[in-house]
Amino acid sequence: MNILAATENPLIPPLGEIIIGLIAFAVVFVVFAKLVAPRFEQVFRARREAIEGGIERAEAMQTEAREALERYRAQLAEARTEAAQIRDQARAEGQQILEELRTQAQEESARIVARGEEQLASARQQVVNELRGQIGALAVDLAGRIVGESLADDARRRGTVDRFLDQLEGMAVGTPDGRGGGVPVSEGNR
Amino acid sequence: MTSSAHVLGSVLAAGPGFQAPGIEAFYPHPLFSFAVLGVQFEITRITLILWIATLAISWFLVATVRNPQVVPGRMQFIGESGYSLVRDGIARDVVGPRGLPFAPFLASLFFFILANNLMSIIPVAQISPMSKFAFPLVLALICWVMYIWIGIREQGVGKYFKDILFLPGVPKPMYVLVTPIEILQNFIVRPFTLAVRLFANMFAGHMLLLVFSLGATYLFTVGGLSYVFGAVSFLMAIVMTFFELLVIFLQAYVFTVLMGTYLNGSIEAEH
Repeated sequence: MNILAATENPLIPPLGEIIIGLIAFAVVFVVFAKLVAPRFEQVFRARREAIEGGIERAEAMQTEAREALERYRAQLAEARTEAAQIRDQARAEGQQILEELRTQAQEESARIVARGEEQLASARQQVVNELRGQIGALAVDLAGRIVGESLADDARRRGTVDRFLDQLEGMAVGTPDGRGGGVPVSEGNR
Repeated sequence: MTSSAHVLGSVLAAGPGFQAPGIEAFYPHPLFSFAVLGVQFEITRITLILWIATLAISWFLVATVRNPQVVPGRMQFIGESGYSLVRDGIARDVVGPRGLPFAPFLASLFFFILANNLMSIIPVAQISPMSKFAFPLVLALICWVMYIWIGIREQGVGKYFKDILFLPGVPKPMYVLVTPIEILQNFIVRPFTLAVRLFANMFAGHMLLLVFSLGATYLFTVGGLSYVFGAVSFLMAIVMTFFELLVIFLQAYVFTVLMGTYLNGSIEAEH
């Protein structure tokens, strides 16, 4: 053994050992490069993606939230304008209804007034007709007394009375516009 | 110290004498040998240890990625840490941005050396195949061929050799001095130092452990006062084992980092 050692120089290796070493390293290299490194790289990639994916998801959520907020705001503004429109419309409608009611009321009152006038007119006519007979009798009576003559002729008397009443009526109608004043004058002139 | 040395000397002189371990520790008897195409193969303990280390590290690495998870388990974490150390710390940061394709090569270099170095303190084996010059030399030669080839591939034959022969940015008269140094450094010194550094560290480490542990064993058999020295020697053997553990990791890392810097020099023209 000592003799063997003396002949060996540790820095001059036998070729066989070099070849064995080469094969051994080749085994480790092939195993590592083919089986181990790709899976490690896969793990690293998966890890990186997991982290980046998380960030991306968070960003996506943020944008989604922002969009939802904008949408909500837009809807709110829309609702506000719509409410304003409805309010305006209601006001206009109310105005219209008021207007209609007013015209209706006016019409009603006009009708009532017209009916009243009509009634009044008919009542007046009735009164006039009634009065006409009485006033005729009274006037004839009065005239008979004042003049002292008896107007025997009935037909003539009626004609006179009628003429007188017509004159009287004409005077009553004409008085307000001043024409009535002229009739008695013209009567007097005649 | 001198007095204790005297005592130790007298103790050693009393018996048949302490036979210090020599170079024969690295040449165990071949278990069997054969020849293929005239090349003699001797299968020794160390060859077996080499193969055990090779298969163990291969198995371990495959086992770490058997069921890879995004959140790693303990096994995966150990393998991943080792690979990340080489991939990020050396391939990316030392070799450069184009260094990632070399990560598997550098990592297998690292793991192969580490596994073989570890055999120097694993009981029963207790010798690193890296303390046989052939194995570091193989790795150094592979590295040597590789960084020259990558340099030619990346920069072209002309530019690669021109830049080595005539280092850019050096005054012309200085080439007399610089060119021989550069040639020597790039083609001879680099692979040689790479191999010798690893070999010598593991060789010396093994010798140290042998001396202290054999010394302790011997001193315990002598009797008398030498028990004290035997205990000291035993303690030193343990301390040296821890020191060896440090060297094991350091040398595996240094070898890989240096290969990284050589690759960096080959990939990036400026160096």
